[in-house]
Amino acid sequence: MTKLTPRNERMALLCAISFLNLSIFALAGEMKDVDSTSSKQNRIEIKDFAFNPQTLTVKSGEKVTWINRDEEPHTVVSVEKQFKKSAALDTDQEFTITAGAPGTYTYFCSVHPKMTGTIVVEK
Amino acid sequence: MNDHNYILHNDNADGIDRRGFLKCMAWAGTGVLWTVSGGVLVSKTLAQIAKAGEPFPTTDLSFLQISDSHIGFSKQANKDVTETLKIALDRINAMPTPPSFLIHTGDITQLSKPEEFDTFDEVLKSCRTKDVFYVPGEHDVLNDGGKLYRERYLKRVEARGSGWYSFNKNGVHFIGLVNVLNLQAGGLGQLGDEQLEWLEADVKNLGTSTPIIVFAHIPLWTVYPEWGWGTSDSERALRYLKRFGSLTVLNGHIHQVLQKVEGNVTFHTAMSTAFPQPAPGTAPSPGPLKVPAEKLRSMLGLTSVQYKQGKTALAVVDSNLS
Repeated sequence: MTKLTPRNERMALLCAISFLNLSIFALAGEMKDVDSTSSKQNRIEIKDFAFNPQTLTVKSGEKVTWINRDEEPHTVVSVEKQFKKSAALDTDQEFTITAGAPGTYTYFCSVHPKMTGTIVVEK
Repeated sequence: MNDHNYILHNDNADGIDRRGFLKCMAWAGTGVLWTVSGGVLVSKTLAQIAKAGEPFPTTDLSFLQISDSHIGFSKQANKDVTETLKIALDRINAMPTPPSFLIHTGDITQLSKPEEFDTFDEVLKSCRTKDVFYVPGEHDVLNDGGKLYRERYLKRVEARGSGWYSFNKNGVHFIGLVNVLNLQAGGLGQLGDEQLEWLEADVKNLGTSTPIIVFAHIPLWTVYPEWGWGTSDSERALRYLKRFGSLTVLNGHIHQVLQKVEGNVTFHTAMSTAFPQPAPGTAPSPGPLKVPAEKLRSMLGLTSVQYKQGKTALAVVDSNLS
């Protein structure tokens, strides 16, 4: 049986936090499926193997959309697995999430891990 | 050959030593035949060999490396990558002595789609050489961590982990490594602890005279980290392999010929059969390089490797599709 040692306890807590984080970033998550009624368009363009802007500040509840302008497939993956990762985006394909709880979310392209970016979510 | 001797043997203070010269030659990226003889590297361009009427050395083992087919890519840099793959295979079929087998160093497909793998397999049926050994590129493992790739391309080998393996041919020990999975934010290609531990054990009982050929998709030497052209833990892999008298490392990923020689280790990258990429640092980013249509085939190609038993001779020859 698993005893809740201090280490286990910490792990359990971490798991719980991760789980919470997953649900915080409620996902629209579909490619080519941008909600046009969205009050504000937060767009991150992927061009020349870089996320532009590299840091984007949004309000909680707003949508964030990445669009790939390279001829190379890219992905959008949360470093801390705080939101669901995108599928590989081919040229001109999009990926959208809805920003959840305030905080700083770093992400990268799992195909070209040198490419990193940050989303800052404010209240 | 003669016009090269001057620089090859010039150790004067003109800033060009043998290694520097070899590096220059490698960056020029032309078709060069490399042989190792008594520990000294000698190079001849393909044009020089043709002029002198010298035949390629007769060998005990010859194999061919093809790379970066990117089946499914259809943009301006090459609208018909299936056709250029076919041309590469035609070249192989036309060789007077067919290679014993092929090595494909990854990026079989553009987007890891089943239909792209299907097209590749269908085209490959036209190749007279049936034995092919694969390692995955990042384009082959995009959405499923390489599951489909492993199901299709590792039938001939006893693969471990995410798909690495080794085999022996004519006294040469071949090692296929995977450095395109579980990549870390901000990092480069990666082999990972499990694979490195396997590698250490795999070569442990081999004599130092065993020639070793390692192949993987992303270069196992730091070509240009700014573009991710390197493998973060390749140094550790090389530590396990440096005791061997002859070590050749074959990679793809960068779609151009680059070669580096460090003591008894030769690093070599192959051309793509699909499209070229810019030389390191010469463009805002890596990616498909658009060149005039008439120039395209001169920047696509394949690599032939020949080994003569007992002669420590290993020749790596690049040829383009023009």
